[in-house]
Amino acid sequence: MSTPTAPDAIYRNDEGLGIWEHRGKVAAVGVGHAPTSRRWDGRPETCVGAITIDALRKAIDDAGVAPNQIDGLVVVPVTTTGAFWEQGKPLPMDVIQSFNQTDDPLDGVAKLSAEWLLANMPELTNVQFTMYGPGCMSNALNVTAQAVGDGLTHTCLVVKSWHNFEGRYYQGGANAGDAIPGTPAITQLWGGPASYSTALQFAEYCRKYGKNHEMMAPFMENSRRNGLMFPEGYWAQHRPEKLLPEDYLASRWIAKPANLFDNDIPIMMSGAYLFSTSERAQDMKQKPVYILNHASSNTRPRSLLPTLDEVEADTARTARKIYEGAGITADDLSFENMYDGFSLFHQFHLEGLGYRGIKFGEALDFYQTDISIEGPNPVSPSGGNVGSGRSRVWMHTDCIQQLQGRAGPRQVTGVKPEVGVSGGPMPLGGNFTVWSASPD
Amino acid sequence: MTKQGVEPDSFSQPFWDAANEKRLVIQSCVDCDILQHPPTDTCRDCDSDALEWKQVSGRGKIYNYGVVHDCPVRLLQQDQPFNLAVIMLDEDPGIQMYSHLPGVPVDDVPVGAAVEVIFEPSANGQLVPEWRVIDE
Ligand SMILES: [Zn+2]
Repeated sequence: MSTPTAPDAIYRNDEGLGIWEHRGKVAAVGVGHAPTSRRWDGRPETCVGAITIDALRKAIDDAGVAPNQIDGLVVVPVTTTGAFWEQGKPLPMDVIQSFNQTDDPLDGVAKLSAEWLLANMPELTNVQFTMYGPGCMSNALNVTAQAVGDGLTHTCLVVKSWHNFEGRYYQGGANAGDAIPGTPAITQLWGGPASYSTALQFAEYCRKYGKNHEMMAPFMENSRRNGLMFPEGYWAQHRPEKLLPEDYLASRWIAKPANLFDNDIPIMMSGAYLFSTSERAQDMKQKPVYILNHASSNTRPRSLLPTLDEVEADTARTARKIYEGAGITADDLSFENMYDGFSLFHQFHLEGLGYRGIKFGEALDFYQTDISIEGPNPVSPSGGNVGSGRSRVWMHTDCIQQLQGRAGPRQVTGVKPEVGVSGGPMPLGGNFTVWSASPD
Repeated sequence: MTKQGVEPDSFSQPFWDAANEKRLVIQSCVDCDILQHPPTDTCRDCDSDALEWKQVSGRGKIYNYGVVHDCPVRLLQQDQPFNLAVIMLDEDPGIQMYSHLPGVPVDDVPVGAAVEVIFEPSANGQLVPEWRVIDE
């Protein structure tokens, strides 16, 4: 079996598609997370393949499904946080040989194939459907929802994992050299870090609307607070420290106006879900969370970086797609879990959605009000990547757990959890899911 | 500050040859007569592969900037913190180019100011387009 990458047709990229044809007929049931760590310690049982198996088995167990009932597997094949296995570095043969291998020796160590997972999960005897959702869990979720709706699979696992190796990320390879090839040089000679583009959009936003970086502090504090109530997350597991405004504002710049905390911390992690048809979900162990819609943006900027105008046009367009396919309006959202890694673009997603009626330029003022899980306007109750480390997964897990009523200390109490939205990564280009406690 | 050297490949050779002649060229679609940067194999609007390099005036405006304190490129790390601005071309403000804005104090960047292209040697002598603030 060789696994295809999801075809373009699986995504809902366009406006005017109407209500999603499978609205309410697909459900998320099981959730599984492996323990997080800052970096891989080199042991077989902590490699990215091993933690992925752990997360998948937990999701299966959580849903209360027999492994032989599972007939689908959607995987994000890329697992890097920016750390790559250096060329010429000896392969970790003891780790590689601890598992059933594929043709690629780094499969399970620095990447993941569906074939590797199936070869190492003998209990999955019935998987007929495999597909790659490239990039993020947000993408893979869209693929899974559509595949289950289309009947390509009825009980499907979906998983996203991250590996992180020693060393500072993005500093090896071409960035360490004295010269680089001419084509990438046209854009890369100037050395902008990963958060630079977002920092510039934020700078333009502040100039246009008269806001400033200090106004981010309540959002950052709230996100870390929520993250510390996320037992699956990195900060809760390893560094249970609050993020006070003074600590946030005193941290060093990476690409001003983006500071260290505006950049999420790279970690090892794996998160998995079990999806099924809504019908089958009724017999499973957890309360089904129904998918009302999935929507995508594949908009590209005109030139090097998206301008604020481009960002605002696209987040608004994305919101129209999200609401149209789900048959809801902004008023129906109980909470939002849009992406936050980098923190400085969360407000773009919020404003595009018109969450609680906020308009362009108003989100940082909104951050100065009660955005806690106890209030009427919860912002990022998952705490996102700010609160739990780089995964782009927490937002989805939180939507499921909130709507199942098992978010524990993180459970929203100021609103009745009925409908949530999550997705990302970037304001321009991303994949989004609308979750609901009820199929209607 | 000295940037990494450039090893032109066949795709980028015209861009870098022009830079060595102190000319700025930008990729343009023959079919829809629209500039695009960064350059790619096909037109982003019409998918045509009939693309040419068009010389532009080398005048623009500072659109936006950030200050880089933690740069992934080793050669530039000794110059941290440094300005990293985005220039928009007068010919087509949709087209952006990066600049370290030589001569402009760190974090004291006149957003909106007029700039013109200059050419600076990189680590291996290849000239690279840069931008300096001018009086209009
Ligand atoms: Zn064209």
